[in-house]
Amino acid sequence: MQPSAPAPSSLIRFRGVTKVYGTGDATVAALKGVDFSIARGEFVAVMGPSGSGKSTAMNILGCLDTPTEGTYEFMGAGVGALDRDQQALLRRNFLGFVFQGFNLLPRTSAVENVELPLMYRGMAAAERRRLALEALAKVGLAERAHHDPNELSGGQQQRVAVARAIVTRPQVMLADEPTGNLDTATSEDVMNLLTSLNRDDGITIVMVTHEPDMAAYAERVIHFLDGHIVMGAHAAEAA
Amino acid sequence: MLYETLKLSIRTIMRNALRSILTVLGVVIGVGAVIVMVTLGQGTTAQVTASVSSLGSNVLLVRPGQAGFGPASATADQKAFTVQDVAAVQTQVAGVITAAPLSTKSLTAIFGNLNHAMPVNGTDNRYLQAREWNVASGRIFTDADLQAGAAVCILGNTVKQALFPDSDPVGAIIRLKQISCNVIGLLETKGSSGFGPDPDDVILMPLKAVQRRIAGNQDVNQIYIAVDKSYDIADVQTSVENLLRERRGIGVADKDNFTVMNMAEIANVLTGISGVLTGLLSSVAGVSLLVGGIGIMNIMLVSVTERTREIGIRLAIGAQAYQVLMQFLVEAVVLSLFGGVLGVVLGLSLAAVGGHFLHVPFIVSPALVVIAFVFSALVGVAFGYFPARRAARLDPIEALRHE
Repeated sequence: MQPSAPAPSSLIRFRGVTKVYGTGDATVAALKGVDFSIARGEFVAVMGPSGSGKSTAMNILGCLDTPTEGTYEFMGAGVGALDRDQQALLRRNFLGFVFQGFNLLPRTSAVENVELPLMYRGMAAAERRRLALEALAKVGLAERAHHDPNELSGGQQQRVAVARAIVTRPQVMLADEPTGNLDTATSEDVMNLLTSLNRDDGITIVMVTHEPDMAAYAERVIHFLDGHIVMGAHAAEAA
Repeated sequence: MLYETLKLSIRTIMRNALRSILTVLGVVIGVGAVIVMVTLGQGTTAQVTASVSSLGSNVLLVRPGQAGFGPASATADQKAFTVQDVAAVQTQVAGVITAAPLSTKSLTAIFGNLNHAMPVNGTDNRYLQAREWNVASGRIFTDADLQAGAAVCILGNTVKQALFPDSDPVGAIIRLKQISCNVIGLLETKGSSGFGPDPDDVILMPLKAVQRRIAGNQDVNQIYIAVDKSYDIADVQTSVENLLRERRGIGVADKDNFTVMNMAEIANVLTGISGVLTGLLSSVAGVSLLVGGIGIMNIMLVSVTERTREIGIRLAIGAQAYQVLMQFLVEAVVLSLFGGVLGVVLGLSLAAVGGHFLHVPFIVSPALVVIAFVFSALVGVAFGYFPARRAARLDPIEALRHE
């Protein structure tokens, strides 16, 4: 187990993070003392088989779950013990989510979906609409702003989801198998979009994927196995 | 933010229009029933009050016998009053402004080929004075008319409409039983309140004319007493009772063989009954509001389950628990208020139609409408809170995994 060298501008740092589910004899340790850090501006792929702990790690990373032991530092502050509302605020202000199943609100237009995180920030309607349209333009869907998700292709829906994730200008975008439901050509489009957001806009990206082809877009790959990180290598080495 | 939530709720409710309508049906029926009951109840109360006060609220009616509301008629054991009794009441009881004798018979009046049945009241000008009633045209009785028991009469407006639809009755001669009667005046319209007898459906004649020419006796079978407002009407009533007991020779242990009715008291009793009925029916309607609330809770729980994934998305992208709670709570309140609005519209329509057929005046109470809205909003809060809290407490990870 080789934790990557802590970068000076470390955005995310796991120190001995352990996550145990269940109580008594029926406990299952999903994470067994994981250490790693991700620097600002990195594009990291997280790989590993089912049950390896990568989803648990992503949930903790996304402040949707808290570690049983160990600390999770985000922007230098320990955030492992925040309560639900504080977690929600942290997600709202610093994180953007992209899911495998797109997770757009049905019967709600693309631009309204993108506006959603801004609405929870209490932003005025006009400003919200402007930023949402800007984000949609960035993912190349300005023309489709007023279409409902079911009128969009899978790739387009995922672009809307990406727009929703970046509209708040988050510190980090967490993508959970963003190409899992897409065909190869569309997957490449989405990966190119993520790469350009990382490279041109400096958005830190942590992406879970099963596919080595997709992981290859990342600068670095973290492999999970049985609750441990087995290799922290740069994409070049992994490939 | 609240505006957004409101907009969102309305959109969600519209999306499931049929389901929403079925859900709020309980509230619609509850609110509607309360509105119908209370509106008709208030109409009836107003009508009773108007009807009683058209007789005058500071009025005592004295009738022979212990009958309650029946027609005033003197039978063997119900000895009638005399003109002397009326004079005694007038002069000996403090607080009596006017005491007017009445001798009443039901007759048919004929003019040309028209006829009309109505009560004929034998009385004098004191009756008009006591009821604050004037003639619209013609004149009232003269002393000579009253002394002689002249065959003259004053018509109520309903009688005028029946016998003289297009012409002036004053100066005409109508037939009452076997006698010809000269019409000397037309009374002002009192207006029917729809409850009780029509006060305008009457013919007034001099007391002696009715006694001699129609009834064939010297009886006075009703005394109409106007009481000075500065006196306690109950005290005056007691004085009248005591005086009449004495004059009619009733022993200390014996019951009255006459009745003194206090119109204000009757009004209170009737209004009270109407109020109790309204209260009872309203509480039944309240139960259906409760059932309506449970319906809303049920459908909100279904909605939370259906939209688990949506809730997960909202939580993941930064909605705080209270924001999700508010979303569902506002939805429940909007739903329930929507039911309230439908209920108010339905209730008022039914009350208007029902009131028309029942001849009850349609009186919309703004306070009632406001209370109906407040109540339906409260139902929404009370029954929407539990489902909304359930939504707010969902684990975002689990919720996102939900299919």
